[in-house]
This record gives sequence, C-alpha cells and structure tokens, in this order.
Amino acid sequence: MGSQGGFYQSKEFLDLVKSIGEARSKAEEDRIVLNEIETLKRRISEPDIPKRKMKEYIIRLVYIEMLGHDASFGYIHAVKMTHDDSLLVKRTGYLAVTLFLNEDHDLIILIVNTIQKDLKSDNYLVVCAALNAVCKLINEETIPAVLPQVMELLAHPKEAVRKKAIMALHRFYQKSPSSVSHLVSNFRKRLCDNDPGVMGATLCPLFELIARDVNSYKDLVISFVSILKQVAERRLSKAYDYHQMPAPFIQIKLLKILALLGSGDKQASENMYTVVGDIFRKCDSSSNIGNAVLYECICCVSSIYPNPKLLESAADVISRFLKSDSHNLKYMGIDALGRLIKISPEIAEQHQLAVIDCLEDPDDTLKRKTFELLYKMTKSTNVEVIVDRMIDYMISINDNHYKTEIASRCVELAEQFAPSNQWFIQTMNRVFEHAGDLVNIKVAHNLMRLIAEGFGEDDDNADTKLRSSAVESYLRILGEPKLPSVFLQVICWVLGEYGTADGMFSASDITGKLCDVAEAYSNDETVKAYATTALMKIYAFEIAARRKVDMLPECQSLMEELLASHSTDLQQRAYELQAVIGLDAHAVACIMPSDASCEDIEVDRDLSFLNDYIQEAIEKGAQPYIPESERSGMLNISNFRNQDHHEASSHGLRFEAYELPKPAVQSRIPQTLIASTEIVPVPEPMYPRESYQTTMPSIPSDAGSAELKLRLEGVQKKWGRSTYTPATSTSNSTSQKTVNGTSQGDGASTVSSMRETYDSRKPQVEVSHEKQKLAASLFGGSSKTEKSPATGHKAAKASSHVVKSHVPKSSLEVASEKATPAQQPPDLLDLGEPTATSTALQLDPFKQLEGLLDATEVASAVNGAPAASRSPDIMALYADTAAGIHNKNDADLLSGLSNPSVTNMPGTTAMPQVTQSSSKGPNPKDSLEKDALVRQMGVNPSSQNPNLFKDLLG
Amino acid sequence: MGIRFILMVNKQGQTRLAQYYEWLTLEERRALEGEIVRKCLARNEQQCSFVEHRNYKIVYRRYASLFFLVGVDNDENELAILEFIHLLVETMDRHFGNVCELDIMFHLEKAHFMLEEMVMNGSIVETSKANILSPIQLMDKAS
Repeated sequence: MGSQGGFYQSKEFLDLVKSIGEARSKAEEDRIVLNEIETLKRRISEPDIPKRKMKEYIIRLVYIEMLGHDASFGYIHAVKMTHDDSLLVKRTGYLAVTLFLNEDHDLIILIVNTIQKDLKSDNYLVVCAALNAVCKLINEETIPAVLPQVMELLAHPKEAVRKKAIMALHRFYQKSPSSVSHLVSNFRKRLCDNDPGVMGATLCPLFELIARDVNSYKDLVISFVSILKQVAERRLSKAYDYHQMPAPFIQIKLLKILALLGSGDKQASENMYTVVGDIFRKCDSSSNIGNAVLYECICCVSSIYPNPKLLESAADVISRFLKSDSHNLKYMGIDALGRLIKISPEIAEQHQLAVIDCLEDPDDTLKRKTFELLYKMTKSTNVEVIVDRMIDYMISINDNHYKTEIASRCVELAEQFAPSNQWFIQTMNRVFEHAGDLVNIKVAHNLMRLIAEGFGEDDDNADTKLRSSAVESYLRILGEPKLPSVFLQVICWVLGEYGTADGMFSASDITGKLCDVAEAYSNDETVKAYATTALMKIYAFEIAARRKVDMLPECQSLMEELLASHSTDLQQRAYELQAVIGLDAHAVACIMPSDASCEDIEVDRDLSFLNDYIQEAIEKGAQPYIPESERSGMLNISNFRNQDHHEASSHGLRFEAYELPKPAVQSRIPQTLIASTEIVPVPEPMYPRESYQTTMPSIPSDAGSAELKLRLEGVQKKWGRSTYTPATSTSNSTSQKTVNGTSQGDGASTVSSMRETYDSRKPQVEVSHEKQKLAASLFGGSSKTEKSPATGHKAAKASSHVVKSHVPKSSLEVASEKATPAQQPPDLLDLGEPTATSTALQLDPFKQLEGLLDATEVASAVNGAPAASRSPDIMALYADTAAGIHNKNDADLLSGLSNPSVTNMPGTTAMPQVTQSSSKGPNPKDSLEKDALVRQMGVNPSSQNPNLFKDLLG
Repeated sequence: MGIRFILMVNKQGQTRLAQYYEWLTLEERRALEGEIVRKCLARNEQQCSFVEHRNYKIVYRRYASLFFLVGVDNDENELAILEFIHLLVETMDRHFGNVCELDIMFHLEKAHFMLEEMVMNGSIVETSKANILSPIQLMDKAS
C-alpha cells in the first residue's frame, strides 16, 4: 500500500496520464499536451492553489516538457514550490527545477537562497533534496555561496547526507577544479568512511582525479586493493549484493581505478595481481553481472604491468565471450580482445574465425566493434584486406558521423602501412570519392604533401612514377559526376603541379580538364580557386619551358568571368594569371619554379626590408607605430566586445555537446598522426595556404590577411576552447594513448615470430574456404577452427533474472534493513582515523521518523503493526476484485504475469495468482490492488493499450 | 561523466521518463530522443543491447512494452550498465510491486526520486535497494 499512500492524485491528473498513455500517435499526443498547456496556463496562476494541487500542476508541467513542449510559463511556480515546508512538495519542486533549468538560467538566483537554507535543515531528507539540487543547479559563480555548508555536511551523522555532500563537491570539481582544488583531500578522507555507500560514491570523484593526475594517488594503491579484496570477500553489507555478486558496481569502479594506477607501473601493479586473480576465479560467469566484472578485470589486466598468469585468465574469459551465443558477450569479447592484443598479439590467432563471424554479422554494432578491433591489429601484412573491407563498409552506411570516423581511420592506416604508392593513391581516391566531404581538409593537404614529397625515399624515379599514376587516375576520375569538393581540390592541385610534368599529357589536355572542372562546379568557389591556380601553374611551366602558349577558348571565357567575379579571391587569382602570362620566360621561371612545392618559402615576419622606408618617414615627422597592446583605450573597448561575443558564442556551443566527435577518436590516434586525421571537418575561414606556395606579388596582401587573422585569434581561440571542453572528460584515455603507441610497435615486431608458430599448426578444414582465406589474409596465418557449440550461458542468464527479494511492507522491516549496516560495521580500512559515529548509526529510526510522521501513524508504527491495521483494507480490495470484475483487463494483466493458461479462464483469476506469489517476489495482491485503485479513481483501463498494465519484469 | 542520460520509452516511441545529466535544450532533447529511439526500436532481440550513436553509446533493455535507454560514454562498461538498468527495474518493482508502465506514469516523480538516489553527476552512487527506497518510503509516510 505504501506505493499509493500520501501521493495524492486527482481524477483530472489520472485522466491526463491515461490519455497520454493511450495516445496512438505523436500527433494525438501533441494535441493532448497542447490542450494541457492551455489549461495549465489558465489555472496555475490562480490565487490560493492548495499545495498538493500545485504539486500536481508541476508534475503536469514535467510531462509537458518531457513530451517535447515548452513549459517555461510555469518555471517560476516550480521555483516557488522549493520554498514549501512539506518535504514531498519541496522535493518535487527541486526535481522539477532541475529538470527545467540549466545552471545558467536566470531563475537560479532565486533558488540559491532556498538551497542555503535547506542545507542547514534539521531534517536530513531536506538536506539531501537540497544537495541533489546543488549537483544540478550550482554553477561556477554560485559555488562559493554553498561551498562552506557542503563542506560541513561532509561530516554529517547521516551517511546519505555525507554521500550526497561528496557528490556535490565532486560536481564543484567538475565545474571548476580551481575553486575546490584545496579541498580534494576530503575525497581521500571519505574513502575511509564507515558506510560502504559513502565509500562507493567517493570512488567516482577519485576516479576522475586519478585519471587526471595518476602520480599523486599512487599511495592509495594499497587502500584500493584492500577495499577491493574485502568487497570480493563479501565483507560488505548484503544490501549491496546484486544477483549474488558482492557489490559488483563498486568492484567495477575499483577495477577501473586500479587500471589507471597500475598502468606502466610495475610496482603498483604487483600489489594488484592477487586480488584481480581472485576475482577472476570467484566471478560467476553465468550471470551478466559476473561477466561485467570479468570484462572489467580484463580491462584492468591489459592496462596494468603485464602478468602472464592474469593474461592467461583474461584470454580464457575472452574466448568464452567470443564463443557465446549472446551478441552482447561477443561484443564485449571483441572489445576485450582489442585491449589484450596490444600486450599479447598471439591470442588474436585462435579467435580469428569468431572475429570474422562478427565482422560478417548483420548486427551493425557488432560489426563496428570488429572494425575497431581490426583497426587496432592492422599491420603492413594485412592492411590491404582491412582497409578494403573498411572502405566497402564505409560506402554501405549512411551515418555520417561513423562514415567520417571510418574514413579517417582508412586514411590513417593507409598512410601508416601502405604497401605501395600505387595502392595508396587508389585507396585515397576511393576514400575521397565516397566520403570526401566528410574528411578533414587536412587529410587532403596531407595527401597533396605526400604526392609532392614522395614517400621519403631518395628514389626520384619512384616519386615521378607515383605522380604520373596519380595524374592518370585523376584524369580518369574527373569523368565521374558529382565529386566531393575536397577531392576536386586535391585533383586540381595535383594536375596543376604535375599534370604536364612527365610529358604524357599536353598542356591543352590538362587545362581543358581544369576548365571543365571550374565550369561543372561553378558554385564551389574553393574548387574554382584551385582550378585557376592550377591553370596558372600549367601556363607558367609552359612559358618557362619556352613553349608557345595557346589559351583555350573555354579558358579565356572562364578568365573573363573570373575577372569580374564577386569573390575578390577569384578575381585576384584571375588577374595574377593574366599577369603571369604576359611575363617573359625568365621572370616566370623565377616566380613559378617547376616542382618547387616542397621548397620552403622564407617570410620576413618583421618586414625588415621596410626599415629604411620607415626611418625615412619618421625623419620626415611621421608618427611612429604604436603596438596594439599599448593602444590601451581602444583595446579595452574592443576587448569588451570580444568578451560579449565570446560569451554568447560559448553558450551556443556548450549546449551542443553531441556534435563533438573529436575526443573519442583522437584518443586512439598516436600523437604524431593527429594532425592528419582529425575527423571533424573544420570550416576554414580562408582558402588553404597551399595554393600560395609560389612566390608571388600577392605576398604582401597575404601577410596583411594573416595579420587580420592574428587579431581575430583571441576570439577564435575561445571558440576553439569551448569546442574542446569535452576533451577533459576523456582525458583518462590519453594516458592509455601513449601505451597504445608503444605497444603497437611491439605488436609489429612480434609478427614474424607469431607466424612461425601458426604455420606449425594444422588447419582443420571445416569452415568455408572463403572465410579461411579471409582469416589468413587478416591474421597472416592458417586458420584454426575454434568454433564450438554454444555453452548454455543464455539460459543460465535468463534464470538468474528471476531471483528477487522480498518487499518490506511494514516500517519495522524498513527499519531493520536500515539498521543492518550498523550491525555489521564494515572495517573497510584501518588507515583512517576512527570517525565512527556509532551513536548516530544506532539512532532509533523511529525517532527520526517522528519529525515526518503525524501522531497517529507514529503510534501505529511503534505498535509495529501498520500492515495489520491496513490488511483488512487490502483484503477487501482483493476480495472485491477477485470476485467482481473479470473483464479483459484482468486477462491482460495476467498475461503479463507469464501464465498463458490463465487468460483462458477468467473465472479463476484468484487461483493462479496465488501460485504465482510463490515464484515471484512482490505480492501479487499489489497488482490487483493497483488495478482496483485505478478503477476507484474512475480510470478504467480500457483495452486500447493493455501494454500499460504489463508487468515490466513479467 | 559516465552516464549522459536515462530514458524510458514505450514501444510506440513515446517518452515515459527522461533524465539528462548534461544540459540539452528542448529541441536537442526532442531530436536526440527521436533519433535514438528509432535506432533502438528497429533492432531485434538477438542483436546487441548496445548501439553506438555519434560519440557515445546507448545501452538499452526492454521490459514488456517499455524500453530503458541509457546513454553512456565510450569507456563505460556496457554490461554493467545493462545490469544497472535491471537493478533500477528491480528497485521499482520492489517499491511498486509488479511495476508496469502505468506505475511510472502515475508516479513519475517517484521514479525520478529513485534515479536521484542511484545516479548523481552521471555516476552510479548507490546500488543498495534499501538505501535507494528508504527516503521515498519516509516521504510516503510523512505525507
């Protein structure tokens, strides 16, 4: 009965919820909500609304926002409700406010005061409600207003308060590390808290702190290990058990922390081996949660200093995961494999067929995970197969985000492992052709540089061949319609630079093609600019080679068009082209040397060649130049403007956290490659510099624009920074990044030894030939059939869900449950000072209830028979329902109870229910009761949407 | 950060509960919910309970007509989140008794209160059902 008591609900509310529940379409739902908005707008500002009614209105507002409509007209009422004296009303007010407002909303200022007051309340539940709100509503500026109180609450006698206070401090740390940097030692202290809940919560901030600065926490290794040991040995209260696992969520958090602390630290790792090994042994591998802990163990083992025995256990678990029928376990297995192959590359071999199965699975999630694994195990022997597969997959998907990611990975792998230049160019062509607009412009620049510089060998001949093949392939590709802009830029540049270099194609061939490009993509100014510059280069080379230049008619008309272009950039390029054509061979050869794109251009940034001129001017009485920083008056104004601009923009950006795919990928890329593989196409405000490589009269103007850019830098940087903010949250992975880099090298070096061992193994022919071939090309060895029939994990897993515990109905039981932690003081750590407030823990729970309960209820609670006093009630309802109504609803309800036979005999509803009660924890009366109650309220569950009544766990 | 959001959505794609641990505007929430619900509802039972979406993952689980969707960062343990969903459902079941979609709809604030106890700042802070439910039971009694 507890579920219904006190939470008053009017018929109106029930009707609303019911109609929302039964809405058949989004349009219908929208109609209901719009109607509701009108009603509430009228009603909510009426005077003297009883507070329970108001609470209901606020929840209706929550519904409106949840269903995607604006409820801002009622925010102020939610704020007002936080002032209420009644705990339930107050907490509902806080809840609504946290759902409606972000921390920078104007109304927050009205709540800070209430929060401050509530943090001082005698009722710990009020304090908890306020701390919840603190976590969601306090921003950097308001931290000081509540910080002292939160600090006091860290020593509160109630564990629930201490826990939330820790999390509030954690929140402050997330928001503004500097504001609480002097207080982080409190997290260490709370790790020794007597209450496992507080200790468990403290692991969250500690994990973040350690991820940022591992070295300052090495001293805690012993403590974490000893806590983990005690948790694994079931020394924590039973209340933390989940499916027979002792506090699995705390174990996982601890394993994550140990993985950070032990990374690359042999000494620290040695302390962990025993306990991690114990967990490997103890974990129940038949339940999901057991497997979750095992997976975390693998993550830990592959992060810390390697230990052969643990690696062996990890490999065993992985092979079990991969052989499982459950896709979830396969997924975890593939992920774990990706972690472990960095340390022991040989284990990939035995799972190659499982990996290929996953790669060919129709489940996209599994496929992607497998591609991630392949990406990690790519080396020069298998790069062709892997990249080929990746590109095929890339072409097949529509999700731009993932397309971008996989494209940049292809590029990265191709750059790193390309077996031949020919292959490299072809691969890049495919990537650009199919995902050109998604790859970062830097990738294109990189490709141009690669073609220009060659592959680093001193073999000029090879480089020339590479360029010729590039030119040839580009001329062919140009015939295809609708090429991505970035790709066209590359093509234009290469054609301009090398189109006529080997003499295979004449200048008119190339210029004709370039004009076609400029014409076909006439609204793409960047491409046109590239094409124009390419034309200029071709003509310049012709002139320098003292050949006669005939401008094609289409080229001439293009130039005429560009000379009058609205784009000043295009105009300038066209004028430059005109000027170059008019020059003699010697001059042209000076300003446009052939194949000089790799030569460095010296830029005199101080403009020292102007010194004489300046000196002369000053002597004539001109004002000397005052640097910008000294022109303070003007600067202030412009600074202000910048500031404003920045603030507005950072708001705009911060809300769009989902748009930032950067950190995830970056973290996996070795440092040196970051530049080339940033996947977010950063819109560049100017045309890329590459096109200006030749020394041109345009340099001064170029420098001018660079200066202009400099002045903007302040603004851009701020933009940039806000874009990068999430990077901090993933900073924990950066520590692994270096590890990846180094151990990947290791992997490559062991390849040869690996293959020797494989060859000695005899392949068992059982799998399809094609798959084997694929396996061989991927793993570089003969395939071993490792497939085995499914082990019955799935069935076991399913059965484990049925386990449920009893529902405490009376307040006595609640009290006894509450008292359990006190009876079993978990001596988690002996290193902390004994802050045990045993008196507080043994406080009579009834005393604490007194403040909350009204007199009559206290009396009944002390009598210890609240359930009894209510039982007639229940029985009445029960009898009523059982005897009375047996309509379709009952049947629906029962079908939810997974007893199909029942639906056919509506007359005997009561019987199966009773039998059900033995197998299912919660009292089946509840459902009848609930049904009856709903009926009492006048809401008849119609047959329209029987799903609403279906037991979730049924 | 860990958990970015928790959604409960029914088979028809109608939101039944939404809790975000990072601020999104109403429009962004709408777009996000539409996108991921479409993605998850289209999947069959044999497929993974995990879906990659943009730069994070969604772990989902279906109970009767209701889907529970949790958006998590990439370094989160998916299986553990899957079990966290189950823990949430078990907790609700202990409180409501044979919990169904309608219970959550009628007692939206209570479902939120439970989440408030279990997750703070996007991290799982409490997993003991007794600890999660005790404030709610006390409030029930008080009012």
